[in-house]
Amino acid sequence: MAEAKTSRLKDRPLSPHLQIYKPLLTMMMSIVHRITGGALFFGMLLLVWVLIAAAAGPNAYASVQWFMETLLGRLILFGYTWALIHHMLGGIKHLIWDLGYGFGPVEREWLTVATLIGSIGLTVLIWIVGYLVMGGIR
Amino acid sequence: MAPRVFWHQRLTAVANVPLTIALIVIVIGLMGRNHAAVVQILGSTLVALTMLLFIVTSAYHIVARHAGHHRGLCARRDLEARHPDAQHVLLVRVGLAAVFAILKLSFGL
Repeated sequence: MAEAKTSRLKDRPLSPHLQIYKPLLTMMMSIVHRITGGALFFGMLLLVWVLIAAAAGPNAYASVQWFMETLLGRLILFGYTWALIHHMLGGIKHLIWDLGYGFGPVEREWLTVATLIGSIGLTVLIWIVGYLVMGGIR
Repeated sequence: MAPRVFWHQRLTAVANVPLTIALIVIVIGLMGRNHAAVVQILGSTLVALTMLLFIVTSAYHIVARHAGHHRGLCARRDLEARHPDAQHVLLVRVGLAAVFAILKLSFGL
């Protein structure tokens, strides 16, 4: 009796889930847009920490300066920069779609690729400018 | 998403584009500077205004689903409106703290 039940349960068809879909770039960038949005929530916490530390006084701000000198701090800042720009470019892509443009099969792929290439390129560019302003890698 | 939420999301998104660019410029300007320079930069009128607008617009952009939907303000009282979630509350507090910090820096207190 128990065996018949288990074999019946095993034979029962399962509804298809994410694994049936071919991971298209537009799909991947869509979830990345949401993930970068979530990351920016934490980025805002970082930004507000810097502001409050600056307002609190030199001792509090010293911890911000220390953190920004560490490798982890710089990695987080780099990630925040990329998340910010990628979310911004993705948002502009959505605004273009809201206006009704760019839905064709070629355009939507091009828009999506442009978002990704643009965000990586702009992040690197911004960091190069940042280091130049600081007078080289310190 | 309600149409009003959709529109508010789009409005804050558009407003955030120049604000984000300005934020990046400001942060680059703050890098490597000592505390006195940072206070002067963040306290200057234009920078302070930009930071204020960015904080407020971004916070609203994140929680637009829940903002304004309190008892009495929203006639429909759908389920989504009844429970401001932890993220919403956290952002309001974080946003207020940031606004306070910026104002403190601006007025030189």
